[in-house]
Amino acid sequence: MIELRDVHKSFGPKEVLRGIDLTIPKGESMVIIGGSGTGKSVLLKCVLGLIGPDRGEILVDGQDVTRLRQGSSERDAFLAQFGMLFQGGALFDSLPVWQNVAFRLLRGSLKRPKAEAREIAVEKLRRVGLTPDVADLLPAELSGGMQKRVGLARAIAAEPEIIFFDEPTTGLDPIMAGVINDLIREIVVEMGATAMTITHDMTSVRAIADDVAMLHAGKIRWTGPVAQMDDSGDPYLAQFITGSPDGPIETLR
Amino acid sequence: MTTLAAIGRAFLGVLAAIGRIVLFAAETVSHLARPPWYPREFMIQVLHIGYFSLPVVGLTTIFTGGALALQIYAGGARFSAEAVVPQIVAIGMVRELGPVLVGLMIAARVTSSIAAEIATMKVTEQIDALVTLSTNPMKYLTLPRVLAATVVMPVLVGVGDVIGIMGGYLVGTERLGFNAATYLRNTVDFLEATDIVSSLTKGAVFGFLAALMGCYFGMQSARGAAGVGAATKGAVVAASVMILAANFVLTELFFAA
Repeated sequence: MIELRDVHKSFGPKEVLRGIDLTIPKGESMVIIGGSGTGKSVLLKCVLGLIGPDRGEILVDGQDVTRLRQGSSERDAFLAQFGMLFQGGALFDSLPVWQNVAFRLLRGSLKRPKAEAREIAVEKLRRVGLTPDVADLLPAELSGGMQKRVGLARAIAAEPEIIFFDEPTTGLDPIMAGVINDLIREIVVEMGATAMTITHDMTSVRAIADDVAMLHAGKIRWTGPVAQMDDSGDPYLAQFITGSPDGPIETLR
Repeated sequence: MTTLAAIGRAFLGVLAAIGRIVLFAAETVSHLARPPWYPREFMIQVLHIGYFSLPVVGLTTIFTGGALALQIYAGGARFSAEAVVPQIVAIGMVRELGPVLVGLMIAARVTSSIAAEIATMKVTEQIDALVTLSTNPMKYLTLPRVLAATVVMPVLVGVGDVIGIMGGYLVGTERLGFNAATYLRNTVDFLEATDIVSSLTKGAVFGFLAALMGCYFGMQSARGAAGVGAATKGAVVAASVMILAANFVLTELFFAA
């Protein structure tokens, strides 16, 4: 379970998060929506500890992760239960695909023999619909959709309990976006993982989410089950879903 | 008043940057004592920074050694001291030109590539990805590069010294009419252990600075292509200036009477 309590974060004079309260129950898939520049990525990076919040608590299974010291063994243990799919894939371009997928399994506390790590990597690649011959290519030799799949395979390689998806469909054609959405849904259900996705793609929301939260002006504007999203009665959320330029959300950002 | 304030701000900015670099260096070195280590990354960097830099080191120093011999011969001729060519070439190469030239070539070749690589990794979220994969970027990226540069630079400088002296020897024997055996004898007799120790020590310090600046500026990179460009430029300029400044300090320490 992930709980955020009154999380604040500013960059200089710019207040990005102004008191976020949000709970993601264990095994649920939470999708956070909101316009560009509303702080979705910042929120996600706060939970991971890549950015330290100015104020507030972030509890993962009851433990306040904002207090974990960089490089401590508690923080390593905390990160070991995470998988993350980055927006641009963030694959290591100096390493072949299989070493990207098996990155965690080749070093550190989860280290295992090379052959075994490779086997797991090939298995995870197959899980995301890639053939074993992709394993020895370099990330630069792959298309955008394939890079996303490899990123997904890397995120799930160490069987994480919590998976974060940062705009998983950005930059993909609608069909490939659909394929990735379905894959994410299947994997989250099959692994029983807690998932947190940030996106502004409404198709993605409907495919992936159990619960939806809308971020606006640094606060959670609305949260609830995906089924109630369409008749929430919230003008902000309604405008976001329909993509109308007319409504309470300022379009000049 | 505004002029004074501007001067003050610039000065404080410089001090803050020095502070950040010192903290970065201290953190890098501290990881030497704390596992996990990444020996494979270290070996790759030894190959990249050391072995693949050999051609450029050789070319730079051989031409400089040759030019040095010609200059000393021409200059020495003014007071009939042409015979000192081997000694001065040896001293000049080993004490100053060898380490400084190799250091600057490494700043151009290695610092720039480290800064551009790490900055690009930062911009494309690969550094964040490392963290989420329970890997400390300081251990995985910075320490192997800085350590490799510190270890291989003395070797590169040693090779550069020898090739530079060889450049002087070739010009001396082929163009200036020195006897080959006498040239070598004079070189060997004149060099002292301090000369060589200072040369290799400078190499280690310059290597440390060159790689450290590459990593520091890369990690601090702003977003986008312009960010990567600025990080690379900043790294090479800072590394070059620091190498020249450190050279002065080390020369002072080793040779000031």
